Amino acid sequence: MLEKDIILKEREVLERVGFVLDEKQRSGSFVLLDNEEIASNYTEGLTFYSMGKAVKEIKGVKEKLWTLVPEDKDKWTRKAASGPPRGYFIHVAKGVKVEKPLQACFLIATSRMTQTTHNLIILEDGAELYIINGCATASYINAGLHIGITEIFVGKGAFLSYTMIHDWASQVEVRPRTGVYVQEGGKFVSNYITIKESRLTQSYPEAIVERNGAAQFASLVFAPPNSLYDLGARIYLNGEGARGEIISRAISGGGKVYSKGHLIGNAPGIKAHMSCDGLLLNSQGSIVAIPELEANHPEVEMSHEAAVGKIAEEEIEYLMSRGFSPEEAKSLIIKGFLDPKILGLPPALEAEVNKTIEMIGEGSL
Amino acid sequence: MLIVENLWVEVEGEKVLKGINLRIKSGETHVLFGPNGAGKSSLFFAIMGFSKYRVVEGRIIFKERDITYLPPHERARLGLGISFQRPPSLRGIKLYQIGKLMGREDRKIQEYAKLLSLNGLLYRDVNLGFSGGEMKRSEIFQLLLQGPDLALIDEPESGVDVVNIDLIAEAIKRLLQKDRPILERKRSGIIITHTGFILEKVKADRGHLLMDGKIVCSGNPEEMFNEIKLKGYKECVKCWKKTLS
Ligand SMILES: Nc1ncnc2c1ncn2[C@@H]1O[C@H](COP(=O)(O)OP(=O)(O)OP(=O)(O)O)[C@@H](O)[C@H]1O
Ligand SMILES: [Mg+2]
Repeated sequence: MLEKDIILKEREVLERVGFVLDEKQRSGSFVLLDNEEIASNYTEGLTFYSMGKAVKEIKGVKEKLWTLVPEDKDKWTRKAASGPPRGYFIHVAKGVKVEKPLQACFLIATSRMTQTTHNLIILEDGAELYIINGCATASYINAGLHIGITEIFVGKGAFLSYTMIHDWASQVEVRPRTGVYVQEGGKFVSNYITIKESRLTQSYPEAIVERNGAAQFASLVFAPPNSLYDLGARIYLNGEGARGEIISRAISGGGKVYSKGHLIGNAPGIKAHMSCDGLLLNSQGSIVAIPELEANHPEVEMSHEAAVGKIAEEEIEYLMSRGFSPEEAKSLIIKGFLDPKILGLPPALEAEVNKTIEMIGEGSL
Repeated sequence: MLIVENLWVEVEGEKVLKGINLRIKSGETHVLFGPNGAGKSSLFFAIMGFSKYRVVEGRIIFKERDITYLPPHERARLGLGISFQRPPSLRGIKLYQIGKLMGREDRKIQEYAKLLSLNGLLYRDVNLGFSGGEMKRSEIFQLLLQGPDLALIDEPESGVDVVNIDLIAEAIKRLLQKDRPILERKRSGIIITHTGFILEKVKADRGHLLMDGKIVCSGNPEEMFNEIKLKGYKECVKCWKKTLS
């Protein structure tokens, strides 16, 4: 299925966002090429369909759509709702632990086009899955609009790790809308990594977490000149003992980054923490950290920390005194700041993300 | 190896070094004494070329080259190295990685790590959450990897337990080629110490007392240290004044 001309031609672009053509390394592959769906599945217990096929062939899929993200939330969701849903449908059966990561890529290959996706992910109780989802534009494209609706159900005791790597062209506008529901004892981890400028990315996923469940949103962002990232996450900790964490590491090389977060503690024994760290590489850029904590129950433990500044001269000179040039020192510090270790990925995916970080480190100066 | 000539240095508009003169030959080890805030670390930073330590007068000659205005990495590449009294933490950069990036072989990295008993720290972020003693060992470890011709070693034993002091002393001896006969030694060092523990294990050739930004007395390091221990820094200065008059 991956033999399509355009996919082969854009191999490099795809690999930059973690999408490999060697299908043996993955449990399934999906490409949304402009608005055309290409999917294939290689694993038992995992249903992996294009959304077009899923709504036709699988009972109940259509009804699940727009249950976590309201259809009339804003003009982008309305736009997405106006056409047939395209994207992927993922279902992992009860207790099935999918060993290899599943890969998906949204590729814009036609200039100035609007790509809309609607994805639905359902993990039944005790299921486990790692997804690596790349977003990219073909090498010759510079403008477009991507609207991505993603609705995610994590069953009791299930675990989903969802890693997104973005590599959009400079004039692309990106509007993801994501809703997550985590049932008792389930765990959801979202990792958001961006490589290049996109004119504007605005995203504010929301998760609802039930008893003893957990949700974590981590983002590693590099904002070059002329880019604007407006990123945040909201976690409703509704069940006793639920945990929530938002981790944001942002570097501005001239662009603007909003790093927002809203943690809402509605039940006793919940724990929530948010940390925003920002590095400004020059005076053109800016980073705005806006953490919000909302406690609606006395027995909650919620905290946040934020630190924004430039690279400490002391750290650069420390490395220089070991013989590293100032450029090498800065690049090392930047790569260290975007340490994928904080994401807790399995080694193969961590290596994938590491490649991305290497590129950011090299390209940032 | 190193000549410091009438060096005046300013930090944040304050003069911290006021006309330092110092000469270190190839293969020599010198010791720097002096009360807190005297300017010992500042002298190291000025020799290493850190931007906050602005030379307002005088010059620094290293291996016959005027390095007064060279950036730190060029000085390091010429053969200068420093171990910090209080190093910064480097988030996301592993100690092991530093060794690799310096171009050292795995074998060497492991060997030095073993020598300093810090294998457990190799895959941790440099200095992040290290204990006081671990930090000192990680500093000497990095110096060993770097192998500078002149090592500036700032309080290597402060806050280090007795067992680890031995490890650090061994590492410094190795760094300064103390196992070789004097004439074959190429490497030099300057060690700052308050406790003198390190003097018992690493033999030094000459001592200097730094007070208020000036070197006020130089001589045999052990004698100087004993004098300071018995009578304090002030008396040591009196002795120097006597020798002047
Ligand atoms: N980066 C700096 N910013 C401001 N003041 C500084 C800085 N570095 C040194 N100083 C000041 O210069 C003086 C000398 O400091 P230095 O660290 O060189 O002392 P020291 O002799 O190493 O003392 P100690 O034995 O306590 O380590 C002190 O008054 C110190 O506060
Ligand atoms: Mg000092």
